[in-house]
Amino acid sequence: MPVLTIRNLTVRFATATGSFTAVDGIDVSVDKGEVLAIVGESGSGKSVAMLAVMGLLPDTATVTADEMSYDGRDLLRMTERERRTLIGRQITMIFQEPVASLNPSFTAGFQIEEVLRLNLGLSRRAAHQRAIELFTGVGIPDPEEKLRAYPHQMSGGQCQRVMIAIAIASNPRLLIADEPTTALDVTIQKQILDLLMKLQADYGMALILITHDMGVVAETADRVQVQYKGKKMEEADVLTLFENPSHPYTRALLSALPENASGDRLPTVSDYFTEGAAP
Amino acid sequence: MSEASAKIAEVSLRRRQLAEFWFYFSQNRGAVIGLVVFILLVLIALAAPLLSPHNPIVQNRDALLVPPIWQEGGRAGYLLGTDAVGRDMLSRLIYGSQYSLFIGVVVVSIALVGGIVIGLLAGFFGGWVDSVIMRVMDVILAFPSLLLALVLVAVLGPGLTNAMIAIAIVYQPHFARLTRAAVMSEMRREYVTAARVSGAGNLRLMFRTILPNCLAPLIVQATLSFSSAVLDSAALGFLGMGAQPPSPEWGTMLAEAREFILRAWWVVTLPGLAILISVLAINLMGDGLRDALDPKLKRS
Repeated sequence: MPVLTIRNLTVRFATATGSFTAVDGIDVSVDKGEVLAIVGESGSGKSVAMLAVMGLLPDTATVTADEMSYDGRDLLRMTERERRTLIGRQITMIFQEPVASLNPSFTAGFQIEEVLRLNLGLSRRAAHQRAIELFTGVGIPDPEEKLRAYPHQMSGGQCQRVMIAIAIASNPRLLIADEPTTALDVTIQKQILDLLMKLQADYGMALILITHDMGVVAETADRVQVQYKGKKMEEADVLTLFENPSHPYTRALLSALPENASGDRLPTVSDYFTEGAAP
Repeated sequence: MSEASAKIAEVSLRRRQLAEFWFYFSQNRGAVIGLVVFILLVLIALAAPLLSPHNPIVQNRDALLVPPIWQEGGRAGYLLGTDAVGRDMLSRLIYGSQYSLFIGVVVVSIALVGGIVIGLLAGFFGGWVDSVIMRVMDVILAFPSLLLALVLVAVLGPGLTNAMIAIAIVYQPHFARLTRAAVMSEMRREYVTAARVSGAGNLRLMFRTILPNCLAPLIVQATLSFSSAVLDSAALGFLGMGAQPPSPEWGTMLAEAREFILRAWWVVTLPGLAILISVLAINLMGDGLRDALDPKLKRS
């Protein structure tokens, strides 16, 4: 039974030069406890599709889909109020820029306790206790101290841990991570990914990982979906995709690695793949 | 133990922030002087009944237009002389500070609250809400401020309360624009999206998430408007539309003393000086606040 099902999702933006289709007939489905990676180049509509699920797109966007449901509940026909009871409680999201994702005017502790108190109805004291547990759970050293720290007093990796703590605070069934490690340096990337994987296993939640990093995909995902220019190119489980990619675009994407550089030029996807040549 | 240590750490954090604020504020010598003068002004206003030697509206018929004490003909009881109907200038000036501070606080509060709400609505919702609100604000801004205040007072009727309301309405677009601009730039930040993802509603997003991040420019604008409010209410008083005689408001005092400009300099000069000094002090303080609160001007 899939947690999230999307069929034929299309997102169009009204721009000055006419309508622009950012997502074009995408299908997504994630099962309980599964890790789905969505990969693609910049501008391939990975993030936009997920923002559409969360209802976070600006008014200029038109979202259409044959089906968009969470746990059998129709997200398209839901009122704003109903949607808000799901989002932030059962579906949560973390973003690319951890430092920018925290409100600079308040301490980390205030922000996580606010979520705990308002979304879960905990008392002030209980929220504080739970915040400490969560901070410990995401591997923040000296959680008491860090609860009182402002975002600018913490490193990027720590801010991302705080964001993760906030995201898992309500025991969500689906966590969407939008390039969670892109803004972090390599050693921290590894730690954050390990943390996400551990939490995913512990909490048994579904995880959608949006990334353009094939290394991240190989390390974490159960299933991979490759997206290009708003269209789904290929979907396969992770071993199949890496060993035996069936779509030429996927092969091109996998070939575009620094190791395959010839001379002083790095390879790009377009060296291996031209649009229209594809079946 | 943890509870107590948490309290201590909280206090030390606050103290550190305060120390940092003071460090940047005290870099600006003018601001410190302004602050000192402003604090003196507040103290004088608070202790007016204790400090003033006479009742500010009692007319002493035996002492009309008495010059200040150091001048020939000055009398011991009247340190800064008396006005045309024998009221003690010093007492009137001391009580006048109450009026000025009261006007400043009330005008700025009304303008600030109104401007913040309107600006938040415009910046947050955008689209036609924004267009309608900002065009109305543009219309208000298109009028010369004192003229608009005069018209409003003429409509509402003269008097201090109406003058304050009028000035507040005139100032409110400045706050609205400032808030709107700050809100629009904050709206694009990711923490707003993150708060929305956590299930925050519109009101909470506006007032709890975004507003605290827009406060620094508003605080600066508020202090600078404070002095303009004092000045404008003095101007309205001078034109007979503000505080009505016999209340010892500085602008009204100036207006009453106009005809004695050549004969008795103290009746005109002293209220003018009082206005000048307080406005200057508050402006200097506002400058210092901007230096201390604007992160772009910080050196580290």
